[in-house]
Amino acid sequence: MTLLDVRGLTVRTGDGRTLVDDVSFTVAGGERLGLIGESGSGKSLTTLAVLGLLPDGMTATGSVELAGTQVIGAPEKRLTTVRGRDAAAVFQEPLTALDPLMRVGRQIAGPLGRRTGLKGKDLRRAVAHALAQVRLPDPERIARAFPHEISGGQRQRVALAMALACEPRLLVADEPTTALDVSVQAEMLELIDTLVREREMAVLFVSHDLAVVAKVTDRALVLKDGRVVEEGAVHTIVGAPREEYTKALVASARRLESALDLRSAR
Amino acid sequence: MTPVLELSDVALRYRGSTHNVVEGVSLAVEAGHSLALVGESGAGKTTLLRLLLGLARPTAGQVRFDGTGLSGRNREQMRRFRRSVQCVFQDPYSSLDPRRRVGATVAEPLLSLGIDRRATAGPKVAAALERVGLPADAAGRYPHEFSGGQRQRIAIARATVCSPRVLLADEPVSALDVTTRVKVVDLLAELKQEQGLTLVMVSHDLSVVASLCERTAVLERGRVVEHGDTAQVLGRPAHPYTRHLIDSVPRLPA
Repeated sequence: MTLLDVRGLTVRTGDGRTLVDDVSFTVAGGERLGLIGESGSGKSLTTLAVLGLLPDGMTATGSVELAGTQVIGAPEKRLTTVRGRDAAAVFQEPLTALDPLMRVGRQIAGPLGRRTGLKGKDLRRAVAHALAQVRLPDPERIARAFPHEISGGQRQRVALAMALACEPRLLVADEPTTALDVSVQAEMLELIDTLVREREMAVLFVSHDLAVVAKVTDRALVLKDGRVVEEGAVHTIVGAPREEYTKALVASARRLESALDLRSAR
Repeated sequence: MTPVLELSDVALRYRGSTHNVVEGVSLAVEAGHSLALVGESGAGKTTLLRLLLGLARPTAGQVRFDGTGLSGRNREQMRRFRRSVQCVFQDPYSSLDPRRRVGATVAEPLLSLGIDRRATAGPKVAAALERVGLPADAAGRYPHEFSGGQRQRIAIARATVCSPRVLLADEPVSALDVTTRVKVVDLLAELKQEQGLTLVMVSHDLSVVASLCERTAVLERGRVVEHGDTAQVLGRPAHPYTRHLIDSVPRLPA
């Protein structure tokens, strides 16, 4: 069953520049799709368009059908029912995703309370449970903390807990580990992988890092200057890229990686 | 041979803080042996770089330049020091003055060190820009006209225009796309080769470190936990933290 159907998505700025150009793809329920691209490739705009979150002054044309709802042109009221329930997002920078003046627990309680109707002590317990699910130690303490009082990795876990709180059918993850240290990144990828599998949730995973995309997704799209240049199984894209651009991307990544394998050869 | 830069048993505690951000660090930067400082956020990498640059004074221990203690009050020494040791920062969007033409930015070290006057700096600026692979007309343009990778090249041109012996670089490629990253790594390797530049590089990216630096020091919570030849440290890590770092690097499927 198709959960997300994007057809001919085009995003233009107010002055007529085309930033995303005729992008089409589908994500089936439980499927994990990666969007790979460098800065300016339109990968983040594509995800924002899927959520109906494009910045002011940008217009999207084409079709984005999320769980049966046409996102493009939909009124904000309609979109609030789609966001959270059908799709929720984790972005790159957890500090900007969290309200600095609100304790972490309350930020999760918001969407959680709205979906479950829980209140008071029950809601608090559900919040602690949500935090425990993203493997945060001492969830009661974290729930009482302000975002600045916890580490970057912990903040990103909180953002993930917030996204998962509504049990969306699609998790949109835009560079969710780019701002994190390597060891924290490894834990975070592992966590996303397990949680998504357990819930049979679909994922739209955006990253510039091929190796990271390959860890979480099965199929991927390579974007360049707003267009899809290649599409296929991640292993094929990495193992036998067809397009020149993808080849260059894979070669660059491999070259840096091979330096690590030199071992004591030098 | 006397190391160009040396930290001996250095510690730094910020005012008002109760603990040291770096402690008991002894490292030497010898000419021709580029050194990488790796570790995760909060490990003290950037603090060490600030100490090596003379931008912070250690609360214990000593920073030595060419064998003598670095002192901000010794103007003659600072002048030699700034001529020999230059730096490049992580974010090429905030490290260049948006209101100055690239030529003026690159000429800055020549003028402030009294090596050249504005009238005579031109050829050296042009040579520096050419060395980093920027077009000849770059000097007359503004930073916003360049991409991230090109801006980092401008920052490298500025840092190398006065022919320093040591280049301190704080995460010089982590803000760049992977294809651009490879090109800037190549450029740094070239400058090492041709200009005899010694790099001191802070990075969390182990593959960049492995391709550029002969020596690596691994930092964890302000202390050096492992230190030696890069091939040795990354190839046969002795400390569990180093092993953990290496194992965490996401790899492409074969």
